[in-house]
Amino acid sequence: MMSEIYYVIPEIFLSLSLMFLLLIGVFKKNGSTIVHNLSLLILIIEIPLILNVPSSSEYLIFNESYKIDYLSNFIKILIVISTLFVLLTSSEYLKSIKIFNIEYPILILSSILGMMVMVSSNDLIVFYIGLELQSLALYVLASFNRDNILSSESGLKYFVLSALSSGLLLYGCSLIYGFSSSTNFLQISYNYNESTQGIIFGMVFILVGLAFKISAVPFHMWAPDVYQGSPTSVTLFFAILPKIAALTAFIRFLYTPFVNLIDQWQTIIIFLSIASMLFGAVAAIGQKNLKRLIAYSSISHMGYALAGLSTGTNQGIQSSVSYISIYLIMNLAFFSSIFMLKKDQRYYESIDDLSGLSKNHPILSLSLLIVLFSLAGIPPLAGFFAKFYVFMAVIEQSMFFLAIIGLLSTVIAAFYYLRIIKIIYFDKDIGKYDTDHNIGLKISLIFTTILILIYFVYPSSLIYFVSKINLV
Amino acid sequence: MDIPILSLLILIPTIGAFFILLTKAKSEKYNSHKYISVFISVINFILSIYLWYKFDNSNPDFQFVENRDWIYGFINYKIGVDGISILFIILTAFITPLCILSVNSTIKNRLKDFLIAILIMESLMIGVFCSLDLVIFYLFFEGGLIPMFLIIGIWGGERRVYSAFKFFLYTLLGSVLMLIAIIYIYWITGTTDVEKLYQIGIEAKYQKILWLAFFSSFAVKTPMWPVHTWLPDAHVEAPTAGSVLLAAILLKMAGYGFIRFSIGLFPIGSEYFVSLIYGLSLVAIIYTSLVALMQEDMKKLIAYSSVAHMGFVTLGIFTLTQQGLEGSIFQMISHGIISAALFLCVGVIYERMHTREIKKYGGIILVMPKYSIIFMIFTLGALGLPGTTGFVGEFLILMGAFIDNFLIAVIASFGVILGAAYMLWLYKRVVFGEIINKDLKNLIDLNKSELFILTLLAIPSLFFGFYPEPLINTVETSVSYLINNYNASLEIYLANNK
Repeated sequence: MMSEIYYVIPEIFLSLSLMFLLLIGVFKKNGSTIVHNLSLLILIIEIPLILNVPSSSEYLIFNESYKIDYLSNFIKILIVISTLFVLLTSSEYLKSIKIFNIEYPILILSSILGMMVMVSSNDLIVFYIGLELQSLALYVLASFNRDNILSSESGLKYFVLSALSSGLLLYGCSLIYGFSSSTNFLQISYNYNESTQGIIFGMVFILVGLAFKISAVPFHMWAPDVYQGSPTSVTLFFAILPKIAALTAFIRFLYTPFVNLIDQWQTIIIFLSIASMLFGAVAAIGQKNLKRLIAYSSISHMGYALAGLSTGTNQGIQSSVSYISIYLIMNLAFFSSIFMLKKDQRYYESIDDLSGLSKNHPILSLSLLIVLFSLAGIPPLAGFFAKFYVFMAVIEQSMFFLAIIGLLSTVIAAFYYLRIIKIIYFDKDIGKYDTDHNIGLKISLIFTTILILIYFVYPSSLIYFVSKINLV
Repeated sequence: MDIPILSLLILIPTIGAFFILLTKAKSEKYNSHKYISVFISVINFILSIYLWYKFDNSNPDFQFVENRDWIYGFINYKIGVDGISILFIILTAFITPLCILSVNSTIKNRLKDFLIAILIMESLMIGVFCSLDLVIFYLFFEGGLIPMFLIIGIWGGERRVYSAFKFFLYTLLGSVLMLIAIIYIYWITGTTDVEKLYQIGIEAKYQKILWLAFFSSFAVKTPMWPVHTWLPDAHVEAPTAGSVLLAAILLKMAGYGFIRFSIGLFPIGSEYFVSLIYGLSLVAIIYTSLVALMQEDMKKLIAYSSVAHMGFVTLGIFTLTQQGLEGSIFQMISHGIISAALFLCVGVIYERMHTREIKKYGGIILVMPKYSIIFMIFTLGALGLPGTTGFVGEFLILMGAFIDNFLIAVIASFGVILGAAYMLWLYKRVVFGEIINKDLKNLIDLNKSELFILTLLAIPSLFFGFYPEPLINTVETSVSYLINNYNASLEIYLANNK
């Protein structure tokens, strides 16, 4: 038993420090700065702790309900690092809209605790606990700017719809338990044959629940409103972290309990993927709000990540994981730029506010240019490689239809990214924004942009790590 | 240890661009940046000449090959040149410094950014011509969209946004199919290394569909009729330097791609689709020449003439004869120089008069004699007068066409006549006649730098027109090697199918 705890030290450390932060927050007045900084410290400590967990093979612990392997550790590292960046970039924003409260880092930490449980789960119940822990924190975060009517609305909307999807997911779990008499992922895969209709029903419900979490079409309706209404720092969190976790949950479900049902789920995933890619690309064209636009763009990006998953091969999983890694870097860079559109303590988030930005803010515009071309998937930027890996995997399986639709929607999507670039570079300027930004924000913008720009010099770096994921 | 000349050629402009990005010009006029970038691109030109000097004409293999691990185990960074690509590299390195020199008062704002864009463009274009791996090629080929989009969009004319979008989306749409084809080639052969692919060949059953996928990309970029419509827009709206780059080098990427990839990799596919190419090329030659006759905007006229000239190029490539291919390469180099010069010529009077409408001109020989002479040289070059490079290219192409198909050659010859018609008519309307427009009377003749640039362009155009030997020698071995390989793989295919 004691030796098993060794594998979950990161989670235990995170939950203990979370409670500790809560205590500080309660007993120390005006403790938000210290809580904020401590949470950064906790996240930094978390990285070596995760690296310390062995990942060379699969370890099933706690009665085989919890799984530690390379994928889980890799995703946990991604989660921690991106949370670090989220906190770094958001403090200035939170301060200026006066919601720099102790609850913010604490909620974020508890949410990522849930995600870490989710990506490591090997059991329906453990998975559900993780999922709910992360979702509950997210509901509160969405309405964190409680005096703002849009924020409250988005929190409520997210809560209602997410509860519905969790309900569906739970229903699927119970169907599966009913037909396979086990909650353990591995056991489930042994306990049914392909003619068991109940399992297929259960699987569909679970996939719907997960598709909701990554906002794949047709379960995407909440995303634009919630993205727009939430405070921008929370939108950033929404845009990357739940997606990483839910995508990993997809991988876990599809390749352990449902691995024998590949004929069934492949069609579903391909449909989700095509619908998301196309819809995300087309619907984003008419958007005027940057956050809303990024919601649609992230829908479309999730379509690509799902396209990788739909192949049912190791190559496909690896390509999806590398897609999501590059996606999160691009989103961090994009939001860091949005955080810089500040004037007189007010943040601007309409696309037209970017008009002529390049005249007064050359560096910011240049990084936006790089990020947007990368999001559009133009070589030689990182975003191209993300798509390249996915299509490598897709074409290996001779799924040309998916590849052609995917690449055509890249062209459609390029249109709205180009439109933003046009507004930044070709249009008349409308004034200066503040330039005295928090050092954390500047660092994260420059760091992520340079990463995107020079990724092509040594693309093996990511492939090296990702290629260690072997599930099939 | 050898110096990695090709990598240097790719890297020097990029490094220069970063240097310019990080430095600030002392004076408001920013001239120091201009001279720095001219200096950088001249170094590149000298290096490319050195490359040519070191190049072994008699060796059909790729030379100066560099091969490094790039993407973990499956794609290598592989570059190298043969007789075909080396000329394009020299052309790129030759045009770029002139392009930068020609930048003057027309680029009023953000000169620094403009220079950076052009230098990065140069890196990418050289990369296109020397990459020996399909993925690397795609990277450079598509990467060029970004700087060109900005050049048209930021410094272009009134309808620049429309043109920049059209340029970008057309080219991107064409290229995505090529990306699918490249990945598919990887899965059926296990490599994207061009040299290896030449050796092992691609199975016949895949070749047609792969050829079409590559064609979709190259046809847009060439541009072939009916997907040529982005070109006149892009040319008209782009600033002079942008038009020059576009006409002189960007269009050649596709012609080069046809030679290197379509013919080299898919001989059976090429053979199957020859008639398609012939048809489209003839339409381009005749139809766009007729369209060019009717143009009222000088830049548009030259843009349509580019389409017609590129029609000759594709025609020559797919005659698949020694003469036809050599002629096409020659024609591309020649068109690179001459169209660049013509756009510069238009740029010169546009700067003075701020209009490109042909009607507004007439009789400028009276006020600008030097200009008229220079313009005359390039007009004659464009219509293929013997003694200019244009003649050698068209002559060889037509010769190749006659070997292959008499009728096609006859129809194409009409294109030459039409070409002479629109170019001479343009020249007549602009240069000769009475001065009707009073503003023309105050025109100043070419200044020193303009004269310098245009003379530099005129020298190779006339020199290689009279003495094409050096160019032909360089390409000869590689072209005959290519055609032998092509015929050999066709024979094997036909033998197997009997």
